Amino acid sequence: MTKTAASRPEAGQAPFPIVIVGHVDHGKSTLVGRMLHDTDSLPDGKIEELRAISERRNMPFEWSFVLDSLQVERDQGITLDTTRIWFKTPKRPYVIIDAPGHKQFLKNMVTGAASASAAVLVVDAAQGVSEQTRRHAYILGLIGVRNIVATLNKMDLVDYDAARFEDVRRELADYLSGIGVTLDAAIPVSAREGDNIVVPSDRMPWYDGPTLVRALDEFEARPMPLDAPLRLPIQDIYRTDDQRFVVGRIASGRVRAKDDLVVYPTGQRVRIDEFKAWNSDNPSVGAAAGQSIAFTLDEDVFIERGQVIARADSPPQTGHRVAARVFWLGEEPLRLGDRLALRVATARYVVTVAEIRHVVDVEALDRRQADSVALNDIAEVVLRSRAKIAFDSFEDDPRLGRAVLVRDHRIVGGCVLTGAAAAAGAAERDLTEVVHSVSGSERAEANGHRGGVVWLTGLSGAGKSTLAMAAQRRLFDRGDQVYVLDGDNVRLGLNKDLGFSAEARAENIRRVAEVARLFADAGMIVLTAFISPYRADREAARAIVGANFLEVHLDADLAVCESRDPKGLYRKARAGEIADFTGISAPYEAPDSPELTVDTGAGGLDQSADLLVEAIDRAFAAGARQRRKAG
Amino acid sequence: MDDLDLLETESIYILREAYRAIDRIAMLWSLGKDSNVMIWLAKKAFLGRIPFPVVHLDTGAEFPETYAFRERYAREWGLDLIADDCPPIEEVDADLPPASRFAARKTHGVKQAIERYRFDGIIAGIRRDEQATRAKERVFSPRAEGGEWNFREQPPEFWDQYNVEFPPGTHVRIHPLLHWTEVDIWRYIKRERIPVVPLYFAKDGKRFRSLGEEGITFPIDSDAATIDEIIEELTDIREPERAGRAMDHESEDAFERLRAGGYM
Repeated sequence: MTKTAASRPEAGQAPFPIVIVGHVDHGKSTLVGRMLHDTDSLPDGKIEELRAISERRNMPFEWSFVLDSLQVERDQGITLDTTRIWFKTPKRPYVIIDAPGHKQFLKNMVTGAASASAAVLVVDAAQGVSEQTRRHAYILGLIGVRNIVATLNKMDLVDYDAARFEDVRRELADYLSGIGVTLDAAIPVSAREGDNIVVPSDRMPWYDGPTLVRALDEFEARPMPLDAPLRLPIQDIYRTDDQRFVVGRIASGRVRAKDDLVVYPTGQRVRIDEFKAWNSDNPSVGAAAGQSIAFTLDEDVFIERGQVIARADSPPQTGHRVAARVFWLGEEPLRLGDRLALRVATARYVVTVAEIRHVVDVEALDRRQADSVALNDIAEVVLRSRAKIAFDSFEDDPRLGRAVLVRDHRIVGGCVLTGAAAAAGAAERDLTEVVHSVSGSERAEANGHRGGVVWLTGLSGAGKSTLAMAAQRRLFDRGDQVYVLDGDNVRLGLNKDLGFSAEARAENIRRVAEVARLFADAGMIVLTAFISPYRADREAARAIVGANFLEVHLDADLAVCESRDPKGLYRKARAGEIADFTGISAPYEAPDSPELTVDTGAGGLDQSADLLVEAIDRAFAAGARQRRKAG
Repeated sequence: MDDLDLLETESIYILREAYRAIDRIAMLWSLGKDSNVMIWLAKKAFLGRIPFPVVHLDTGAEFPETYAFRERYAREWGLDLIADDCPPIEEVDADLPPASRFAARKTHGVKQAIERYRFDGIIAGIRRDEQATRAKERVFSPRAEGGEWNFREQPPEFWDQYNVEFPPGTHVRIHPLLHWTEVDIWRYIKRERIPVVPLYFAKDGKRFRSLGEEGITFPIDSDAATIDEIIEELTDIREPERAGRAMDHESEDAFERLRAGGYM
């Protein structure tokens, strides 16, 4: 598209990126085609060529054909993807990102709008504001597009009626003000007829506002954030023969060699020794937002991709839990407990969806509770990362305040980070930085729960292993660190020297308790599944583990257990083939006051697992989860 | 920063992302103006030494001036050059129109290089404004096995977050010049004093605006003998840049078919 190139010969004037959004049939592509024509931005012969093609195909010519350069698009009648077209007004060059309106292509709308400095929201004056108009407007506000002009299109279909225009304009303005977005102008246009695009329409004498092109010329390009706090995300480290270069692009602020700087989230202090550039005679002493730079450090400190260089007096926030407003673009819903990657600037964090606070109904602007976020939904969530996240709250459009979500190698959503989320109550209290070790509260903060031991006790056949496995699955799926110790993995290795006498059982339990305590110290939730028939042994285990011990009695009748007899053990015991069999030839001492009793004879496995997970939440989980349960 | 600075810094960022994300990567060097700009940007991104091979898809039919340029600058720029011959035309789909069929040798050449050197990613200097079909591209463009481009199922790409994670076996095309225009390229060549094949400059009232092989690329009428004159000419010209590329015009969708088959 040559004329596009020819449209912007001025050196030093970057084109102003705009995006055209709105409902699928409200006339976006027609508007763009018309705008290109009316600003004299098309190559010679383009319109004639398209008219000829239309004639050959026996279709009436449409202005949207200008953009629909792909055969498939013309066949389907929709514009498929972000195309970029340049045009020029007397004031400046523009690049139009034509975003398609079909609902399933919201990912393309976001792809386009995220790089736009202004948006044209196209609304069919006859049809009025649609669900999709609202969703697009909501996304524009969410991702920080602040310059918005509405064109109320197809005025020719409503006889250029002032009252109709005013009705639709008010409906739109009311909605936008509800989401905190200011409409800079609302313009009655007919893209098909060319009214109020470039030339003021004489068919709407009642309208005295600007034409579309004049309204666009009023907008100011977003300035480079030169005076914002320094944010320099590290992109890579290059090693040459004897030197190590750090490379990255400055997201905001300025930096000079020898400045005192801090690497986040580690807190490491660094200084840039010198900047390095190829084919440059004058090594620079400073750099600013937007520049891709390379530099050496004055000391050989550990530094890696994803870390952010900033200044101590204006640091980014750091934390394990961050609240995010997500727009979800994945085919598979985002669910509570899902694990995926969060990419903030050059950093990549593995995060777990710790909370879904609500999903936004963009139509009514209501919030609804949900356990999952579907394709094209917008939701408030809390993400938890095992590594500390360095970020900024998304106000004033900081680069570290926006992120994408990645799952199965694909970008499946975007989000703006709205702040640190309330951290785990217990873990929060004791937040001291430990340089050469890891404290229990740090582990708890990273995991979202404290370590602890869930001691399941009950007769053979009561369902200890089954329940432990079910609970383990649930806890793991939501991102918890969890492990089950049972006869199968302990008796075969660690305790294979032990038999089933009362003495051997006591030693078995002692060793299991010690191992469980180590797991709990490591931050894990350990479920143990042993008959552990003697009260004294269990009390000994409680003493070994300490505070984070949860005794759970699986209370099932001997008759029920015997009737289940999954391993045929009761039958053998009755036959005298097994000595000291609990319940038959050895006693079972039920707990006096366990933290939880589950009657596995009464409820199903799901119900039992519910009870157990709730008890685990109460005992070990992070503050937020406790509050949610309490509320 | 002016608009050229912005384009430069973005391209450098993209090149560094590509080098970071992809183990076995190479850059296509067509010897044309755009790919010289790309080489230049890569030298800036990697501080003077391009840390991966540069591939020229040699059909044996380049202009003599083009070969001379290759020999000189491969050496001067210290390039790790791969310049294997493309597979012969007999191996190309005979249904394609003649010029497209010839151009498709390069598609086969890319596939051959990918197989021979096991490249996971190829950096190519295409631009959105060159041709409508290319306007659909992403900066990081994952391809199916065999190099096919599925333009319907493009992943989202925003906030400078590119699709840099791939399942094993995926092949990726990276387009660091996607947002540049023809005039940007010339302004940058002028500013940075980047050498180009002399065929771009007018001689006897003709010059090449887009440089391909002898026989399927034709010069335009022009008196633009300097970069300034070329920029001035582009200000008024209304012919598409690739008008001199025969394969673009053989049928309404020939170029699209070439692209879907893996042509750059």
